[in-house]
Amino acid sequence: MLEARGVSKTFGVVEVLRDIDVSVRPGEVHAIIGENGAGKSTLMKILAGNHAPTRGELAIDERAVSFSGPVDAEAAGVVLVHQEILLAPDLTVAQNIFLGRELRKGLTVDDRAMNERAAQAIRNLGAEIDPKTVVRRLSIAQRQLVQIARVLLVPHRVVIFDEPTASLTPHETEALLKVIRDIRAKGVGVLYISHRLPEVKEIADRVTVLRDGRVVASHDAGDLQPADMARLMVGRDVAKLYPERHGGPAREVVLEVEDFSVPGFARNASFQLRKGEILGFAGLVGAGRTELMEGVVGLRPGHGRIRHHGRAVDFSSVQHSLKAGLVYLSEDRKGKGLLLTKDLRVNLTLASLSKFVKTLQIDRRQEADALDGAIREFDIRTGRKDILAGQLSGGNQQKLLLAKMMMLDPEIVIIDEPTRGIDIGNKEQIYKFIAKLAEEGRSIIVVSSEMPELIGIADRILVMREGHIVGEVTGDRMNENEIVVLATGANTGEAA
Amino acid sequence: MTNVATETQKAPRTSRDWDMAAIAPFVALALLLVLGYFANPNFISVANLLNVITRSAFIAIIALGATYVISSGGLDLSVGSMVAFVASLMILFINSGVIADPVLMLICAAILALVLGAACGLVNGLITTVGRIEPFIATLGTMGIYRGLTTWLSQGGAITLQDRELQQIYRPVYFGSVAGIPVPIIIIFVTAAIAAFVLYRTRYGRHVVAVGSNEDVARYSGISVNKVRTIAYVIQGLCVAVAVLLYVPRLGSTSATTGILWELQAITAVVVGGTALRGGVGRVWGTVCGAFILEIVGNIMLLSNFVSEYLIGAIQGAIIIIAMLVQRSLMRRT
Repeated sequence: MLEARGVSKTFGVVEVLRDIDVSVRPGEVHAIIGENGAGKSTLMKILAGNHAPTRGELAIDERAVSFSGPVDAEAAGVVLVHQEILLAPDLTVAQNIFLGRELRKGLTVDDRAMNERAAQAIRNLGAEIDPKTVVRRLSIAQRQLVQIARVLLVPHRVVIFDEPTASLTPHETEALLKVIRDIRAKGVGVLYISHRLPEVKEIADRVTVLRDGRVVASHDAGDLQPADMARLMVGRDVAKLYPERHGGPAREVVLEVEDFSVPGFARNASFQLRKGEILGFAGLVGAGRTELMEGVVGLRPGHGRIRHHGRAVDFSSVQHSLKAGLVYLSEDRKGKGLLLTKDLRVNLTLASLSKFVKTLQIDRRQEADALDGAIREFDIRTGRKDILAGQLSGGNQQKLLLAKMMMLDPEIVIIDEPTRGIDIGNKEQIYKFIAKLAEEGRSIIVVSSEMPELIGIADRILVMREGHIVGEVTGDRMNENEIVVLATGANTGEAA
Repeated sequence: MTNVATETQKAPRTSRDWDMAAIAPFVALALLLVLGYFANPNFISVANLLNVITRSAFIAIIALGATYVISSGGLDLSVGSMVAFVASLMILFINSGVIADPVLMLICAAILALVLGAACGLVNGLITTVGRIEPFIATLGTMGIYRGLTTWLSQGGAITLQDRELQQIYRPVYFGSVAGIPVPIIIIFVTAAIAAFVLYRTRYGRHVVAVGSNEDVARYSGISVNKVRTIAYVIQGLCVAVAVLLYVPRLGSTSATTGILWELQAITAVVVGGTALRGGVGRVWGTVCGAFILEIVGNIMLLSNFVSEYLIGAIQGAIIIIAMLVQRSLMRRT
């Protein structure tokens, strides 16, 4: 139905895509997988009319076409569900769904009709959201549904999903996959981009693997196991994604949080962290994990008792907790972690500037040395050292953020979603760094929505649901099932 | 590993490419000088240029403070009224004659002006940070307050220095010169050198840029955002006070209309100089250059016969818009 024939794309002097042949048939889900930078998103943008190919052509129903823009592609029935949520947060669900194509009644907009049709569109996706709700009040998963509903309102023959599950929990992912199956059942062709191989295995009829801008393999999904896919993506074996741990945590408790509440997000949370331990925090998006951690380090107002090496401490401001050797790495790398428009050096030393001040002045030579050291130690891959942080790939940004906070030589490190949006090669390295930090005697808290990763690296996992710590899984019980049961509350019968 | 390398090449924009935006104001200044020469050859004479630059001192010094406020992501509309308010209080203090010795009196008055300027800035800073009011609104409010207090102090008239002897001692601060260079020009460059050192070389300067660039990143890095912003307003107040120290000996008098629209000129100088109005990039020498450009444009209009000098305000308004357009296109290009 939709086809790319020998498509190449060059930005400047760099060839991002080379001789790509991809097609999608009616009623099939065709997954495009590959590491970050492999060219998946660029390919999708070409198919959806955002970019024009440098060479090669697109064809619909065997006839060559060229899109002058996304509107053109939509007219031809090709729609793209963006990875990022592109909704106006202060408008309602219905207003967002009909934004730019409002239904009119005479001179005014027909709110009633739009609300009805928006509700219907969302019901078609198997969900129930009041169309008059303001989008700001929705969860990420709900927003994603609204965005999908908005896209599906366009008459479509091909739907492209660009990493739709990147910020969803397993539960929500499952719901989304069902939506995609429904779309497929209607004879629509689906192109599906994802990092997450198990779900690709689950949903895809065909899988095409991109590496360095080329198609390295294209198979029926039945012929490929996730392990094969991973090997094809990276070009080597990734059986050992998680590092070997040497020596478990010590007895000594370094941080004790008791009855800690963050108004509106977390209630009466208590936990202990031991020296050299990697403690995982699992839960659905919105369970209050991030907010609890931000409360503990003083980035958000919270109250409760915190003891550091047995001594009661006041971490009501982040300056206090930093001084005590507690650092928090935000899940929002681009928004809260790094200054994207500043260079690597400025970013690296931002949190620890006082170490670089000599008689009032910042010692730039010392900063440059520190950057060299960080690039070596954390394997930050950059061609030049004077590029801006925003130009690094996601994985390298995460390494830079890690390096930045490690400049403080912290005793306790809280990492929120350490590998979100990062390719497998970089993930493996990040896990190694985390394991190494623990071996050095630091204590680590990892907050993550990716259960395999928590199971792979944590000594112990606490599960949160609706602001409460609802359970702990250790040893043999560390499996996805146990965690999901706790995270969703299925065991207590409170939720379906 | 190759894909990472290609990614960095794909977008060749680096920290170095921002230099275009930094050079632009100096190029504009050079072009203006050439234009001025053709409009009236007298323009390029040393005497005229020194005179023009001297007159730009008030705006240049105030704009240096504004560079801090704007780089940190704030805005201060109250600087014009602050000049009037601080200058009025300074003159009233001198007129009160509580200190007999004129030199000692001047020193005390100068210290008073600096303290008052810092206090006015502190008020602005606390309202925006602790009070969490948009800087635009907060300083719009204090602009009215400082202006109103000045009008009240002067009872709608003028406040004038009365002590002739003291005036004679004070005069050289504006009208004097050292080694042929007028004192105000020296003060511009000394202030700018200090401002540049603090902004580019110290921890506080780095924090200003970080806060203006992304408040959240700064906060998560353990920087006290409120403190950094408040200090920026205090620096602005101190710069206003320095401008006042030059202003008082020049006219020896203030009124309710002193410093009107100076905030517009100061912000224009900052933006023309290449500082981003949304914060995160500060250019101290660009600001000085911007203040010169504003004054030179006015001077060329006076010396030439093409354009009525009554249009100066309109031209300055146009300059700020053009500067913003140029800034944007320079950023897009890369």
